[in-house]
Amino acid sequence: MNAETVNTPKVIVRDLNFFYGNYRALKDINLDIAEKMVTAFIGPSGCGKSTLLRTFNRMYQLYPKQKATGQIMLDGSNVLDPKQDLNMLRAKVGMVFQKPTPFPMSIYDNIAFGVKLYENLSRNEMDERVEWALKKAALWGEVSDKLKQSGTSLSGGQQQRLCIARAIAVKPQVLLLDEPTSALDPISTAHIEKLIDELKKDFTIVIVTHNMQQAARISDFTAYMYLGDLIEFGDTSTVFTNPKRKETEDYITGRFG
Amino acid sequence: MKSTLLHQARLKQQIWLDMLFRGLTRLSAFGVLALLLAIITSLVIGSMPAIEAFGFNFLINDEWNPVTDEYGALVPIVGTLVTSGIALLIAIPVSFGIAIFLTELSPRVLRRPLGIAVELLAGIPSIIYGMWGLFVFAPFFADHIEPWINDHIGTLPMLGPFFSGPPMGIGILTAGIILAIMVIPFIASVMRDVFEVVPPMLKESAYGVGATTWEVVMKIVLPFTRIGVVGGIMLGLGRALGETMAVTFVIGNAHELSKSLLMPGNSISSALANEFTEAVGELYTASLIELGLILFFITFVVLSLARLMLHKLGKGEGQTT
Repeated sequence: MNAETVNTPKVIVRDLNFFYGNYRALKDINLDIAEKMVTAFIGPSGCGKSTLLRTFNRMYQLYPKQKATGQIMLDGSNVLDPKQDLNMLRAKVGMVFQKPTPFPMSIYDNIAFGVKLYENLSRNEMDERVEWALKKAALWGEVSDKLKQSGTSLSGGQQQRLCIARAIAVKPQVLLLDEPTSALDPISTAHIEKLIDELKKDFTIVIVTHNMQQAARISDFTAYMYLGDLIEFGDTSTVFTNPKRKETEDYITGRFG
Repeated sequence: MKSTLLHQARLKQQIWLDMLFRGLTRLSAFGVLALLLAIITSLVIGSMPAIEAFGFNFLINDEWNPVTDEYGALVPIVGTLVTSGIALLIAIPVSFGIAIFLTELSPRVLRRPLGIAVELLAGIPSIIYGMWGLFVFAPFFADHIEPWINDHIGTLPMLGPFFSGPPMGIGILTAGIILAIMVIPFIASVMRDVFEVVPPMLKESAYGVGATTWEVVMKIVLPFTRIGVVGGIMLGLGRALGETMAVTFVIGNAHELSKSLLMPGNSISSALANEFTEAVGELYTASLIELGLILFFITFVVLSLARLMLHKLGKGEGQTT
């Protein structure tokens, strides 16, 4: 769908099906995620948008009875291949969750945690990496003098930016955001949205959101999903101003959902 | 008019009942405190003759001789502390493994049966552990394990003297191992319960940056739950310190201080259980009661230390690397 609008697809999803036990939660999804762009998944609760996101780093694999079939190509290799090294995959595909989840350790260690898993950096290099990640996440100014304090001592919005910093510190290629602002106040939300706009210079971003205005504001491409089907996918401006499908129009105009 | 009167009567009755209820709850709460004080007082009064006769020397004297009426508590104190220490040394890693397996790794179908098995283990009366220890474990230990310990660990420099001696099966080490088996279910089930309350999203975040299960457990789950984990360990320690029957069966009940863990020794609780019936004379009884007072004190100190530690941990959360 709309392959012509996608210049260089970073992630190519083909015939993706997902099962919770016997329940089919995603039905033959085909989708191209453009590199260094923001792609938003929207749709009513239970439509499968978070499920789709969680197949990209195979987070579903933590739970028994969940399985995905089909193909998700990232840099020419299939994410769903059983031989895929999960830890390496998750270094390439970072994730941020609905609620801020700072680890029970200092701000510095929250960032260094993931980096230490893959890279053997000297103290100096690590300091630089932490600073880099915090600057990227627009948090450095607020925490530079209290890096030794617990990550849980920050405010909700700061915690979420800490989680974003933590995710980008390992220099992933794709950043998955699962409703990253749903637990935040409007000001923190604005911060994060501005940040997403900055981050897309370096990262391919996929965001799940409940908030249609948010999708319209920050994304380049939008996928509308309903009951496990990908109903419409295309340029955000087209999807919002001139949707091809009646269902999409009903949803974005608030007649439904 | 009549209905309002009735209403008022009922109201009065309810106020009265409420006060009664409040009084009863208060009585129960303060009753515990009173009981605690009464126990301490009676222990102190009961041990007064021994305290007067031996003073501080009671704590550091390893002589326990009913014939000459000379009593010292060093052997049972050391026995209690060492057996409990051995028990924790074994039980902590094993319980940790059980809890991690049950919460993180085990297939869902195995979780319930294994969890129930662990809890049933906690319900076995301690006398059964004692009997099993004496009739099954100790002979096996004497025939197969102790000779090996003698040959391999007993010959090491430094460590050697602690692990050499005749393979009798019973002794301090055996008591420690039996205690470990007894406290594992307590520690493991507390650990499992606290590991289960770690928010799934927090664990997912750690997996999300590419951490392995081991890394998630050591760096996220454990720091997040450390207060509960320490609490579980203290619960196990409390049980190990006071455990009587099982230890009495396998510790050997010898009032001798020996360097070797393979030699028989004594613990406070087993000395009490063994000797109270045959204690004749005021000083003998008083000495035993003073042993009880010491056990009470040790348990009290351990629990207070645990509280203090938890308090400090809570304050310093995330401050250190």
